[in-house]
Amino acid sequence: MHDMSGHAQVAHHAPPTSFIRKHIFSLDHKVIGLQYYGLALIAVLIGMVLSWLMRIHLGWSNYAIPGLHLLSANGAPGNVMTPEYYLQLMTMHATIMVFFVLTTAPFAAFGNYFLPIQVGAEDMPFPHFNMMSFWVTFVGFLFLVASFFVSDGPTLGGWTQYAPLSAVGAVGGPGEGTGVVLWAASIAIFCVGQLLGSLNFITTTLDMRTRGMSLWRLPLSAWGWFITSCMGLTAFAVLMPACILLILDHVAGTSFFVPSNLVINDQLQPHSGGSTLLWQHLFWFFGHPEVYIAIVPGMGIVSHVLITNMRKPMLSHRVLVYSFGALAVLSYMVYGHHMFVSGMNPVSSLAFSFPTLIITIPSTIIVLIWLGSLYGAKLQINTASLFSLGFISMFIAGGVSGFFLAQPSIDIMLHATYFVVGHFHMVMGVAAMFGIFAATYFWFPKMFGRMMNETLGKIHFWCSLVGTYAIFMPFHYLGMAGNVRRYQAFVVDYMQPLIPVHRFITVAALFTGAAQLIFLYNLIHSRFWGEPATDNPWQATSLEWSTPTTPPPHNNFGDKLPVVYHDPYQYGVESSVGDYVMQASPEQVKSAHDEA
Amino acid sequence: MATTVPEPPKIEERRDRPRPAGSFGNGGGQNLIPAEGDLRRVKDYSPPPSSTGIWVVMASIAMSFAAFTSALIVRQGSAADWRHLTLPSILYLNTVVLLASSIALEVARREVGAFMRGRTTHVTSPARWLYITLFLGLLFVAGQYIAWLQLRSQGLFLATNPTSSFFYVLTAVHALHVSGGLGGLVRVIHKLNKSVLRKSTLDATSHYWHFMDALWVYLLVLLWMKL
Repeated sequence: MHDMSGHAQVAHHAPPTSFIRKHIFSLDHKVIGLQYYGLALIAVLIGMVLSWLMRIHLGWSNYAIPGLHLLSANGAPGNVMTPEYYLQLMTMHATIMVFFVLTTAPFAAFGNYFLPIQVGAEDMPFPHFNMMSFWVTFVGFLFLVASFFVSDGPTLGGWTQYAPLSAVGAVGGPGEGTGVVLWAASIAIFCVGQLLGSLNFITTTLDMRTRGMSLWRLPLSAWGWFITSCMGLTAFAVLMPACILLILDHVAGTSFFVPSNLVINDQLQPHSGGSTLLWQHLFWFFGHPEVYIAIVPGMGIVSHVLITNMRKPMLSHRVLVYSFGALAVLSYMVYGHHMFVSGMNPVSSLAFSFPTLIITIPSTIIVLIWLGSLYGAKLQINTASLFSLGFISMFIAGGVSGFFLAQPSIDIMLHATYFVVGHFHMVMGVAAMFGIFAATYFWFPKMFGRMMNETLGKIHFWCSLVGTYAIFMPFHYLGMAGNVRRYQAFVVDYMQPLIPVHRFITVAALFTGAAQLIFLYNLIHSRFWGEPATDNPWQATSLEWSTPTTPPPHNNFGDKLPVVYHDPYQYGVESSVGDYVMQASPEQVKSAHDEA
Repeated sequence: MATTVPEPPKIEERRDRPRPAGSFGNGGGQNLIPAEGDLRRVKDYSPPPSSTGIWVVMASIAMSFAAFTSALIVRQGSAADWRHLTLPSILYLNTVVLLASSIALEVARREVGAFMRGRTTHVTSPARWLYITLFLGLLFVAGQYIAWLQLRSQGLFLATNPTSSFFYVLTAVHALHVSGGLGGLVRVIHKLNKSVLRKSTLDATSHYWHFMDALWVYLLVLLWMKL
């Protein structure tokens, strides 16, 4: 029996008329989704330029980058980066990318835009909280960017901000004073924004589903966002207290994270008794789920896109959903694998190693379901499906190195090397970026009523795929050769022969970054001059393609909320419209794949 | 395999009755308490998101305090500088005040229930109990402030030692959340006076308020045991 408990529900705020309420302080989840996307776009451009600067410095450490002194006179005297400034840029690159790109774009941006539509609601249940969620996040971003403009620049502590150097103030180095406070404030504010967002996502999924939309009839993308919001709710709720304690250590002289008798720069620190490990525990309890917060929405999106282009459902809808859920639950039990060499009890390392190896099981199941479903499928090749394949490719390539890192004995060798940098960039960074691209090419017609240019899209894909592999595969080699991460130059003898590899990576990074300009051009050009899109250009089944207009009207479905009659992915059937039947179509079809 | 599609439900027509400005979510316009009183006809259309949402909020707050608790335990074990702190005695009085406020809120809820069922036709009675709850809540926050003053007079400041740090941080974060609950109560009173209060709003607010109560009792026991 189908669960008919989903209700047609009405979130009823009238369409706004003024420009400010329509485009700036909008309550409309679609506008908020686009605002998040815009924020992520600005953030990713900043983050990418920072990575370019770092890469140039790593390849040619004495090269004067024209104009760099404008960014920081102290950090780049004569346009050459100081070692400290390299670390400051690295910290900002990581923070911006992890929080303001990989969390905002796949989760907050696309989730905001499409989750309410996919469940058949007019809006999220708490639109004011939703609006606050974006603006709070935006303020958090301003706090972070502001740290570029304080006297000693942004913090150099890395995105993990390990204590005690992050907690002792300016004596810890450039940016460890005001820079860290701004960083911690930014992240605490960001947490508030994402908690408000998670609240809306969870209640939207549980309470706003339209008639006939049982939980098992939710598309996989909606499942991805829902499970991610459950992770976000618990993870950000832990990071925020950690940031508050960090700020207090700074500004109020408390000793949560700073141990006794700590001497920095020949100065005895006026703190006592704090625990440096405490910060790591609190941070990584958030930090590991954060990895899945970045990737699970992409998994949902990619499944959704691939099914549409394969014209058949995945081998098992339910096992995929259960595996997403297993990832979410296990993600809280593995965080200690980031701390194998922290001085933590070795028994704890072992205890964290087991779930880390276990978490590869749901990941592997997900990958096998994708590959098994793709096997023999007549996949339609378009940019969205190509980026979905790229996602899977990156997830596998980056995930395989996780098997090695999960074991403490090997991790002790590899932990602070480029091997780890290669691992997480592929499995979390690039894979999630490819998920964002797949989502953009797939949903752009619905969001803007125009198609993106497919030729440019495919060029963008191939350049990105080849480019990112060229960047991150050699990282593994560098790591195994003992190249330590976070070094700004490689002056030690044994690292000298590795410099050409770094130069190759730098060239690849510049090339890959430049290829993203194709995407940017395609995005802007298609927005205004792209070929007009029909309501359902991909002949897809889920509710976002059933809206009466494209882009959807203010209340998403016009006068009548849709009623759902089918499982989400009814492809390969014979219906009056073709080989698919839409969720909202009452048509009865033969050989449907109703699972629920 | 052929699958039968179940009987399609009736399509829900968009409700077009006038709705008060600023009300969102489902069930709006369906389960309002009108000024006239008789509400026997009105029933909740479906579980409103606020009843789910408040549990989500409470889960997230519980998670934050779990983080603070584990920080306290780890910090206690990390060095030998943990000093015993005698809790200011006013805390026990504050606890009684907060518990009393919860009871007052329950009475208010009962009165609103009677009002909704049409047994009484004026809002004075529930509003009175809500004001009492609000007053007791404010009294609690003021009492917490007095507790801080007492600690200060003993020379115990935020950074004096780890126990005083945790005392100030935990009580301040809790008081901040209680203040949020006070805001919620003000909103409920305002809506009740304008006769646009939804039962779900009142329920969500009272869930939150009782949660603050339980959280405080938990914190008191934690502080009493650990500091």
